[in-house]
Amino acid sequence: MMTDTTMSAPSKTKSKSSRPGTLALLLNNTLATSGLVVLVLICLIALAAPILPLADPDVTAPADRLLPVFAEGHLLGTDHLGRDILSRLIWGTRVSLAVGLSATIIAAFFGSLLGLVAGYAGGRTDTLIMRGIDMVMAFPYILLALAIVAVLGPGLLNALYAIALVNIPFFARNIRGITLGLSRREFVDAARLSGKSPVQILFLEILPNVLPVIVITMSTTVGWMILETAGLSFLGLGAQPPQADLGSMLGEGRKILFTAPHVSIIPGLMIFALVMSINLFGDGVRDILDPRLRAGSLTRPVSRTAVHRKADDIPAPSQKGGVLDVRQMRTEFEIGSSVYKAVGGVDLNLKEGECLGIVGESGSGKSVTAMSIMGLVPTPPGRIAGGAAYLDGEDLFAASDRRIRDLRGGSVAYVFQDPLSTLHPLFTVGDQLTEAITTHQPMSGSKAREKAIELLSLVRIPNAKERLSAYPHELSGGMRQRVCIAMALANDAKVLIADEPTTALDVTVQSQILTLMNGLRRERNAAILFITHDFGVVSALCDRVAVMYAGRIVETGTTEEVLANPRHPYTAKLIECVPVLGEPERRLDAIEGRPPVVNNLPEGCAFAARCPHAQAACRAGEIGLEMSSDTRGVRCLFPLNSGASA
Amino acid sequence: MNQISQKPMDSEALLTIRDVERIFGGGRKLFGGQLPAVHAVQGLSLDVKKGETLGVVGESGCGKSTLARLVVGLDLPTSGSITFNGEDLAALARKDRNALARKVQYVFQDPVASLNPRKTIRTILEAPLKHLTDLKADRREARLAELLQAVNLAPEFLERYPHEFSGGQAQRIGIARALAAGPELIVLDEPVSALDVSVQAQVLNLLDKLKDDFGLTYIFISHDLSVVESVSDRVAVMYFGRMAELGPAKEIFRHPLHPYTDLLMRSAPAPGRHDLMSEDASTELPDPYNPPKGCAFAARCAHRTETCIAGKPSPDESKAGNNHIAACYHPLGKA
Ligand SMILES: Nc1ncnc2c1ncn2[C@@H]1O[C@H](COP(=O)(O)OP(=O)(O)OP(=O)(O)O)[C@@H](O)[C@H]1O
Ligand code: SF4
Ligand code: SF4
Ligand SMILES: [Mg+2]
Repeated sequence: MMTDTTMSAPSKTKSKSSRPGTLALLLNNTLATSGLVVLVLICLIALAAPILPLADPDVTAPADRLLPVFAEGHLLGTDHLGRDILSRLIWGTRVSLAVGLSATIIAAFFGSLLGLVAGYAGGRTDTLIMRGIDMVMAFPYILLALAIVAVLGPGLLNALYAIALVNIPFFARNIRGITLGLSRREFVDAARLSGKSPVQILFLEILPNVLPVIVITMSTTVGWMILETAGLSFLGLGAQPPQADLGSMLGEGRKILFTAPHVSIIPGLMIFALVMSINLFGDGVRDILDPRLRAGSLTRPVSRTAVHRKADDIPAPSQKGGVLDVRQMRTEFEIGSSVYKAVGGVDLNLKEGECLGIVGESGSGKSVTAMSIMGLVPTPPGRIAGGAAYLDGEDLFAASDRRIRDLRGGSVAYVFQDPLSTLHPLFTVGDQLTEAITTHQPMSGSKAREKAIELLSLVRIPNAKERLSAYPHELSGGMRQRVCIAMALANDAKVLIADEPTTALDVTVQSQILTLMNGLRRERNAAILFITHDFGVVSALCDRVAVMYAGRIVETGTTEEVLANPRHPYTAKLIECVPVLGEPERRLDAIEGRPPVVNNLPEGCAFAARCPHAQAACRAGEIGLEMSSDTRGVRCLFPLNSGASA
Repeated sequence: MNQISQKPMDSEALLTIRDVERIFGGGRKLFGGQLPAVHAVQGLSLDVKKGETLGVVGESGCGKSTLARLVVGLDLPTSGSITFNGEDLAALARKDRNALARKVQYVFQDPVASLNPRKTIRTILEAPLKHLTDLKADRREARLAELLQAVNLAPEFLERYPHEFSGGQAQRIGIARALAAGPELIVLDEPVSALDVSVQAQVLNLLDKLKDDFGLTYIFISHDLSVVESVSDRVAVMYFGRMAELGPAKEIFRHPLHPYTDLLMRSAPAPGRHDLMSEDASTELPDPYNPPKGCAFAARCAHRTETCIAGKPSPDESKAGNNHIAACYHPLGKA
């Protein structure tokens, strides 16, 4: 009975190349790129200072005092001691960069170390370290730096230490937070059980995961550290004469700002250019390491799925009528150079008071189907590539954005698997419910409150009135899901789309929610589209069921017919591998292999590679969904039990 | 209190849990005052026999995972004792963590989260071989190949990173890691709940085969009754940190004694089943910070009497015999 399914490795190269690379993402960000260009330029010049034909920056020449810009032999003029400003600028930039970078590295090293230890050790060690950090942070930042330099005495090196020290808390706090989260993760427990010591776990397991955060924090702070060093030098506490750094140049020029403005403006501009370019670049780096952008989108997703369909290719509503009529809907994701056909031509029809279940393995396109109907698939990368969805005859894909906003939460409401993603953690249940009501039906606050209480009692929440002032985290998972259902019902939805609403719940709570939904559709005549991967749940609630595989419906029919007499080999296998209470002796018959990836669907039947009945004909050409009656259909050339069923 | 479960099995018990209690919180606040305490697990006694699969079921928050972590030594009991092959587990965990890790291993619920995203599968699987065994480098290499073979993965997977795997494949890697050091007991904490039914069946079949091949003992934790029934020899039903019912799997699922077990069974959906039992939504679950004096299930129980509210039933209050115990004053089927 063992399966050899996973003996073949997933194709690696393809998935790699189709995603945009780090550099491509960075270059796409114009601001970050210009920051990078300026920064590289400044760094190159500063590095090249010793080999450039520059005058000695520290040699004074009282005869040439305060020469203006473009003076003979002094491109940027001279300062009050007759020193060449260009030379001092380049050497000064070199010093400022070196000090800023060193301070960042020192702060990052010690700050991260403290953060790592505090976050991982927890308990008393954590309290001790973090109280210390808090104490440092309690002082105004620049005052503290001043105090440190005052104690150590002025000087560039002491300024560096001061700047590094006052920035340590910033790193420590950031890194501690991340470490704390990571050390509760299961892989840390797993490493412990693999026999690794705490030190090994901290530096070999956790540190690699924290490193990107450290790099991001460094890239966003180095600019400020340069600015702070300049500040100390400006006050005469950093670089000591005659040594030049940007801050001290600015400070010296200040006294003669009105007679010779260029002496202070030039270093000022350099500080500006340096800090700006570093910060722009740093922000760019942070954005790129943001996993959402990594997923392939180069711009922020819009609030409604883009529709790209040909005007002459819009299917008419089916003859069946019904509240919701989805015809040949196709939804695609474009990621890099490949197109994932997540939904490949789905037909659905829902009548009033009817419950249709959609079943399938993970990744079969159930959620995308549900989200596409009201345009909830993020664009980019998603888009509706064809088909139509009619709500009472109105084509939803052609409706205006305004109309869709009205319908969402109004005539069509969603309930998702995770109630916490629907409920805002900082508002009470009552606030959120009344808001859901008043955005669609203008009414007074007290009226809306009454309606909210009514809704909560409708979903059988005990003490509805008191619960209005509860925050989501004060409710159990089952109660939260009931609040979500109440919100979905707030505006007398005609269609309720529920995406695995009970998957995260315990069986006893699940059965309560299922009973509740069943009662609601009877009482309110709402149509329910119920997405699940569990045939047991389907049996409990759904009149009809559609089985999805690789973005298409492969079998549909009434729940009884499909369960008792599956005709598609996939449906049959899927039912067989569910363990059933009371039948422990039954062998679980696993389906071999894995579903195909939807960016590379095979020709013909998508299930052919796993199907025990596959024949040559299955792998050639389109296979349609053959309807044998009004409700019953199967997408298979050689369906099972052909004789037995109508 | 626990004579019943003790006697007939002691000779062959691999793991013995006696009156184990784990309290979270309850320490002193910085400025006086007591922090609220939660009894995650309380008065728990049970044996695991060599070679059996003990299923543990219960709702979220009933203490299943705490029990699991106690057994593998990731956490230590506040009171009570756990012995493995006659050795005190807490003492062993304190003295030599790795000695315990060689005997008892763990498979995690979320297969992907249990693999470090920045390590290759080779590094992940080599860790237990390096730290828990004294195999030389060339023997380790051979052992890695054996492990992958055992869980049915291709050798080229070794150089890949966790995010390149599906849930089912990642769980096989988690199982391979648990097997690496040749443990006697493996605690499986919801090993298939994050997987699709089709993949779930593959993993269950794999676990079955490994148990036979390596002579393993399993503690199999799940909230899914049908899965537990299909894999277990004996089943423990937990409620609110305590044992509600414990007995042979067949007995428990055919003739549940505890009303809670009965409720769980009647709430479980199954293909072709329409008559889901559903509790009244107004039933209040017990408050962990303010536990009831009597039977914790009383507020939800249709058979409740004054006795139930007055005091807690002992673990074998039902006195049904046959190694089948239930903490209930009025067990079902005994009128
Ligand atoms: N935002 C997205 N960007 C890119 N691809 C996506 C996105 N959302 C879904 N997909 C892809 O679309 C396909 C269908 O996914 P979908 O979420 O509909 O599956 P599902 O059947 O709901 O699975 P599950 O049971 O895990 O919820 C998958 O290949 C998935 O990777
Ligand atoms: S069409 Fe062929 S390969 Fe596809 S399910 Fe039917 S028999 Fe199997
Ligand atoms: S002891 Fe009483 S309240 Fe508790 S489960 Fe048994 S009958 Fe119900
Ligand atoms: Mg989904």
